[in-house]
Amino acid sequence: MRFGVVIFPASNCDRDCVHVLRAVLGQEVEEVWYEERSLDGLDAVVLPGGFAYGDYLRAGAVAARAPVMTAVRAFAQVGGAVLGICNGFQILLEAGLLPGAMLRNAVLRFRCTTVHVRVESTQTPFTRTLREGHVLQMPIAHGEGNYFAPGSLLSTIEEAGQVVFRYCDADGRVTSDANPNGSVRNVAGVCNPAGNVVGLMPHPERASEEVLGSRDGRLLFESVITTVIARREAPKQSRLYEIATGLRPSQQGRSPRPFGARDD
Amino acid sequence: MTTATLAPESVGLTRDEYEEIRRRLGRDPSPLELRMFGVMWSEHCGYKHSKVTLELLPAESPRLLQGPGENAGVLDIGGGWAVAFKMESHNHPSAVDPFNGAATGVGGIIRDVLSMGARPIALVDSLRFGPLDDPTSRRQAAGIIAGIAAYGNCVGIPTVAGELVAHPGYRGTPLVNVACVGLLRHGDVARSRAAGPGNAVMLVGARTGRDGIGGAAFASAELDTGSEREDRASVQIGDPFAGKLLIEATLDALRAGGVIAVQDLGAAGLTCATSEMAARGGMGMRLELERVPVREEGMRPDEILLSESQERMLLIVAPGATERVAEIYRRWGLRAAVVGDVVAAPSLTVHSGGTPLVSLPPYALAEAPVHRPAAREPATLRARWTMPDLPMVDPAAALRTLLSTPAVAHKRAVYEQYDHMVQIRTVVVPGAGDAAVLRLPELSPRGLALVADGDGRLADLDPYRGARRAVAEAAANLACVGAAPLGLTDCLNFGNPEHPEVFWTFRQAVTGIADACRAMRIPVVGGNVSFYNESPDGPVLPTPVITMVGLLEDVSRTCGAGFREAEDIIVLISAADPDLAASSYASAVHGIEAGRPADVDLDAHQRVLAVVREAVARGWLSSAHDCSDGGAAVAVTESAILGTIGADVTLPAAARTDAALFGEAPSRFILSLPEDRLSDLQALAAVHGVPVAILGRTGGDRLRIAATGQREQGWTIDLALDELSRAYESLADIL
Repeated sequence: MRFGVVIFPASNCDRDCVHVLRAVLGQEVEEVWYEERSLDGLDAVVLPGGFAYGDYLRAGAVAARAPVMTAVRAFAQVGGAVLGICNGFQILLEAGLLPGAMLRNAVLRFRCTTVHVRVESTQTPFTRTLREGHVLQMPIAHGEGNYFAPGSLLSTIEEAGQVVFRYCDADGRVTSDANPNGSVRNVAGVCNPAGNVVGLMPHPERASEEVLGSRDGRLLFESVITTVIARREAPKQSRLYEIATGLRPSQQGRSPRPFGARDD
Repeated sequence: MTTATLAPESVGLTRDEYEEIRRRLGRDPSPLELRMFGVMWSEHCGYKHSKVTLELLPAESPRLLQGPGENAGVLDIGGGWAVAFKMESHNHPSAVDPFNGAATGVGGIIRDVLSMGARPIALVDSLRFGPLDDPTSRRQAAGIIAGIAAYGNCVGIPTVAGELVAHPGYRGTPLVNVACVGLLRHGDVARSRAAGPGNAVMLVGARTGRDGIGGAAFASAELDTGSEREDRASVQIGDPFAGKLLIEATLDALRAGGVIAVQDLGAAGLTCATSEMAARGGMGMRLELERVPVREEGMRPDEILLSESQERMLLIVAPGATERVAEIYRRWGLRAAVVGDVVAAPSLTVHSGGTPLVSLPPYALAEAPVHRPAAREPATLRARWTMPDLPMVDPAAALRTLLSTPAVAHKRAVYEQYDHMVQIRTVVVPGAGDAAVLRLPELSPRGLALVADGDGRLADLDPYRGARRAVAEAAANLACVGAAPLGLTDCLNFGNPEHPEVFWTFRQAVTGIADACRAMRIPVVGGNVSFYNESPDGPVLPTPVITMVGLLEDVSRTCGAGFREAEDIIVLISAADPDLAASSYASAVHGIEAGRPADVDLDAHQRVLAVVREAVARGWLSSAHDCSDGGAAVAVTESAILGTIGADVTLPAAARTDAALFGEAPSRFILSLPEDRLSDLQALAAVHGVPVAILGRTGGDRLRIAATGQREQGWTIDLALDELSRAYESLADIL
């Protein structure tokens, strides 16, 4: 399938994402310049980590207003799969494509270390082939990763299944010791109501090869590949289709619900 | 400022130097020209006190593609690829403005490596502060670490290795030495020689402002107590966002063709870049100041010529390619302006609005006069070689004290502030092994290993031996991860070279590095000298710092420093007996810095390194760690803490219990390995004539050490691993 990796001025994990998608996973990758206004022909879009626009003003604030974000918004609205990693997550928050906001880390310092996260929702293309409670080991590297949503919003997104990842210990326990940045209720990643736009602070591209210590991050990319290909190609009765779309054969009276489609 | 008279002293030059300028020009320099000489002939730019001594350093290597004299050295690593690397100090700016001083130090060394046409892939930082219970030192430490993090993290270059030492000898004069390593193809090596009359001179990147004017001259003077207030205008402010754009745009421009030469603008700004590029190429250059993009109106010619505004580069570009180059920089949101051209006549001329302001032979500026300062052995040196009798202390308490000293303690609190994983090359992360290991997917399964080492305490007691030990230690660290040395870059931090004792110490240290490098066949491909590191208390501890780059054949066959399995055998392989002279134990536990440091037997050292390297490469070892500060006891303890596995060990007997535990010597390693690999290791060691002592086994959650050579006499140290870990994590409460 065909991924787009968006390059903002001073994105710095763009090459890492391209490497994993192209060289490790054998996918087609288009490097999408921040001035691009169309994402036609892409199956999924990654907003990589880094310091877009130097994080001047606020992390992600300037990038959220870059020309390409109009195209990302349109792509998301028609159900396209969008993954924001670290700075990419901050950009999606600033663009209003994901709920909540980022505060400075509770330790008030940049932190680069390895953490564990627990998969809380499999209703996204990036987690569809994982299971709830799956514990993934991935690195983090950020100064502003302290996720915040006020009580009412937090309840809403938790009830809607929009919390996709929580920081946990190696055994999957969500504890304050396992929270590297002070995020409210250990939230490490969230999605939009439709589930097709996902943002997370950990770096799956840094955990996609055994030589780097973990391959857990690769599961997110493999999930979206499986999901998109299945949605495009699999016969509707197959188990693969079911995995990909979350629809049981019994539900097939209706047309499959594309990611991003709103419930009536 | 353009009044007719300007005293040479006001630009940091002596009367003799002024006469030399007159001799070279055959006339008096104009005040503007004199200012240009002032910065170019400062110690920082001109290396006038160090040049002769530095010629001792060997650069020979069959892998050498570019030695000293360019912006960074370049060595072949096979497959058509090469590494470029260089280390530089930013001590003076970091003393005055810790955050911005350190940040711009990172930016500057990155541009040096970029100037070679290389993509920067790693940073190494070596830091020295006053005692961390001193408020000023602590604030400087926090600011410097934050500055390195702010710049390195934003530009997306991982900081993967380094050092942190706290010592009263650095109070008020912190040392910030940063190295950058870049990767490039052989055919892409860029140079900084101006060539081809008629070619355009382009200034690219950030605009020129009024910051950092006279910074090089400031870096060549001693700091006094008022410096922090008064010298702030001499410190540049970094913009890592522009720095990142400059990296990408410059690499794109070099790939696109038409760029003939590149040089970064650092100390002395346009003055340095234009005169050095022209001098190296034996060419002249014509510069038109009104074409320089400036940050504010009304900048004077001297301000434009001397500004040290960051994130700028000077390119020599073929006339037909200037628009293409400008377009590349525009795409990255940066400016690229043609500011002049290369001319055949060897003269650097500067015009403003058609009026000629400067006309100088480039070499006259770029080749500062060479000084041969007086050298004298420090009067007190030999007296300090007498080691007093140390009283016996509780060994367990001494171990805890050593573990919590900053030089030994875990640096997690520091390196977690640095993105050490971006670019997804980092296989051995900081703290996990004796050196960082980066994979090279370009040359898979090969990799690079990086380490920084220096020891001001040893160098203070014997600069020759201390410098040799630093080179030996760096190579030892590389061996622990399975890497063979490729080459090194050094940063030489000393006081005022006009003091004969300081200069003698400097020359001894350089000689020590040179001798060690010759014996071990390691080329010195570049480096930096930082003099005038003096505070009101006197000169800084003499501190030669080595950044060594090594090559591994297979990154999947590397090794960490922490124990990996319970029931492994622990061995000591060693070619020297431990000694308390000049040891960390004597310093940290007894407050005594005396004794003559043991020299390193480089032949024996090489043989031990060969054993360690091969054992790692064959995959026999579970862990490998060299015995450094705190001797064998600290090395075993660190391996236990890092692996969260305890150990029972019996150390070889020595004259004193504390010498057996904490005595130091080069060429000693603590290895752990499965029992069924022991005979292989013993056979390999026998081939190289290296003794192997079996110390004990890994396992449990306590660390038990018998220092008597006889376990029957009971454990000398018996402590829970948790308790030791707490001491080892002491920096977490400080930084």
